[in-house]
Amino acid sequence: MKTVEDLRKLREEVQQMTKLRDGGAEVKIVVGMGTCGIAAGARETLNAFVQEIAVKSLSGVVVTQAGCVGLCDREPIVEVNAKDGRTIYARVTPEKARRIISEHVQGGRVIEDWVTRN
Amino acid sequence: MNLYRAHVLVCAGAGCVSSGCQDTQNALIDEIAKQGLDREIKVIETGCIGTCDLGPVIVVYPEGVFYRKVGADGAREIVKEHLLKGRVVNSLLYRNPLTSQLVQTYGEMEFFNRQLRVALRNTGIINPDVIEEYIARDGYEALARVLTTMSREDVISTLKQSGLRGRGGAGFPTGLKWQFAYNEAGPVKYVVCNADEGDPGAFMDRSILEGDPHTVIEAMAIAGYAIGSEQGYVYVRAEYPLAVRRLQHAINQARSYGLLGQGIFGTSFTFDLDIRVGAGAFVCGEETALIASIEGKRGEPRTRPPFPAVKGLWGKPTIVNNVETFANICPIIIYGPEWYSRIGTEKSKGTKVFAVAGNINNTGLVEVPMGMTLRQLIFDVCGGIPDGKEFKAAQTGGPSGGCLTKEHLDVTMEYDSLVELGSMMGSGGLIVMDENTCMVDIARYFLDFTQDESCGKCTPCRVGTKRMLEILERITAGEGQDSDIDTLMALANNIRTTSLCGLGQSAPNPVLSTLKYFRAEYEAHIKEKRCPAGVCQSLLSYNIAGAKCRGCGLCARVCPTSAIIGKPKEVYKIERNKCVKCGACVEKCPFGAVARA
Ligand SMILES: Cc1cc2nc3c(=O)[nH]c(=O)nc-3n(C[C@H](O)[C@H](O)[C@H](O)COP(=O)(O)O)c2cc1C
Repeated sequence: MKTVEDLRKLREEVQQMTKLRDGGAEVKIVVGMGTCGIAAGARETLNAFVQEIAVKSLSGVVVTQAGCVGLCDREPIVEVNAKDGRTIYARVTPEKARRIISEHVQGGRVIEDWVTRN
Repeated sequence: MNLYRAHVLVCAGAGCVSSGCQDTQNALIDEIAKQGLDREIKVIETGCIGTCDLGPVIVVYPEGVFYRKVGADGAREIVKEHLLKGRVVNSLLYRNPLTSQLVQTYGEMEFFNRQLRVALRNTGIINPDVIEEYIARDGYEALARVLTTMSREDVISTLKQSGLRGRGGAGFPTGLKWQFAYNEAGPVKYVVCNADEGDPGAFMDRSILEGDPHTVIEAMAIAGYAIGSEQGYVYVRAEYPLAVRRLQHAINQARSYGLLGQGIFGTSFTFDLDIRVGAGAFVCGEETALIASIEGKRGEPRTRPPFPAVKGLWGKPTIVNNVETFANICPIIIYGPEWYSRIGTEKSKGTKVFAVAGNINNTGLVEVPMGMTLRQLIFDVCGGIPDGKEFKAAQTGGPSGGCLTKEHLDVTMEYDSLVELGSMMGSGGLIVMDENTCMVDIARYFLDFTQDESCGKCTPCRVGTKRMLEILERITAGEGQDSDIDTLMALANNIRTTSLCGLGQSAPNPVLSTLKYFRAEYEAHIKEKRCPAGVCQSLLSYNIAGAKCRGCGLCARVCPTSAIIGKPKEVYKIERNKCVKCGACVEKCPFGAVARA
């Protein structure tokens, strides 16, 4: 490392390494990971969220998991907790996950078609 | 770089190492691989999280779920339940000792959410062996700014403005110390980090070196720039092998990244660091003895002045600062002296790390703003006294300090208020004592320590502490004499005023302060041959109360010397001449019939 710019460049690159531990997230995405959810592909969904957040370098967004919420027929279930409140999406595929990030989390528009109510 | 959805932090502070965190971590890693989660979940070995009595400790991010006492089986369960299925493992959660409620996350624990972590900002959060994790959290940014945008004078005036005072004991203003060394002529000067940490019960310096070694390296380089030094030494005791290993690893990394060595950040500034390992003697924490020890001489103190800032290591201008002092430097540079001086009180700025031990629910390391009251620290942050017992006293400043009593619970924890009460901040050791503690015995314990650690160079300390210890030993053995309190006071004042270094000057403090606040306890030992707290073995006698004894015979069965005689269903009796006062019968009796007086 020869210059201050080198340090700052490296910091940009490695920032993701500890970001998960910062806390203070504004948006929390919770993926249902009960047996039913996992069988329906919840892990792929979860990982799609993680990837997308990293690719877009979004800050203040965390992805966590929860157990079965009792809507097993509609898994993978994803809950988005943001300023606009709590939204529950059903049958979230990795493809849908990426759209939830761009339209809901970044754009602030709930995707009504995928919302489920219990 | 691989992207992980969860980070599992395994505390690998020395406390958790001794409670078996290595097995826990191995089990965790194996099970994660077995469940095919190893590309999604990262295991990070980190420094001391602070809750040392709860180890092995694991924290799962991003939720921040805090698990305690996690063995290998527990680790496997966390993987199968929490990491795979998102179900928190309740049986491994922490329970609030006061409300008995389960607490899920780190942030909800009183122990953590009352803390303000400046010196410990990275400890327990990053992997100390990975320099990138330090850099990700603004590591080496302070050094970068100092070298490229600040003059040496700027650095010193920033420190002065911040109000930072030394955390090693005396509380000397750090900026002023650096100024003195800056004023001296070069070219050769030294920066020394005091990591001797001899106060029994204090372990903040060890935890910082183990958990965030780069913060010390970076701050020492900043100090080097400010005073005009190219070489630093960290003096660590050999009893801290993990700290030495992690620090050496961090120094090597910093060198290979060009953060130590020649021309740092393309400037003309050169700085390097070496570790000096001490044998672990209390007196070697005293700065002039420490310097002698680094020079390869006997670790004995010398008179000051000249102070090390003028004539230190190898006769050259030297600053000696404590580990925790250094750990505060980078945040002051990054967030500014105004930010720092808003924390704390008028004369004690910033935060202080306390190592809390003794009769307390949450033992461990806590960092709180200066000026928090003793009551808040003990009862709010650390969960109060276990088993419904009463608070009796707290020792601050270790063997050089004194005790605070119930009347002092509302004292603010800062340098000057503690000195006013005859104690001191010291390095931040805090030993909490409940009603079953004998204050004469405590004074004896500390004197035993200082007497043993006295280097012997000056007479008052070498001989005086020995005489004081003898008197305390005889008082606790029931052989105290009427004149003993006066003799103790006279000796104490002599030793205090005539000893060569701080060790002797402060050694009588535990005696003086217990005499001041618990004189009646000394008198009970001397005049009535009685230990009111029921601690001093020679003064105790055991009796079975006839009214309470049901004649079950349990006491007779546990007695190791067959000193208890009697027949079932009749009142048992203790034979004095055989009784060794071990107390086994008291513990065993289901009816509370055995009295210790
Ligand atoms: C007997 C004795 C033991 C000491 N032990 C330590 C120690 O273990 N660590 C420490 O930092 N300072 C210790 N000190 C204080 C040092 O002499 C010195 O004041 C301190 O390292 C200065 O650093 P600071 O200004 O950053 O606090 C001790 C002093 C005495 C008299």
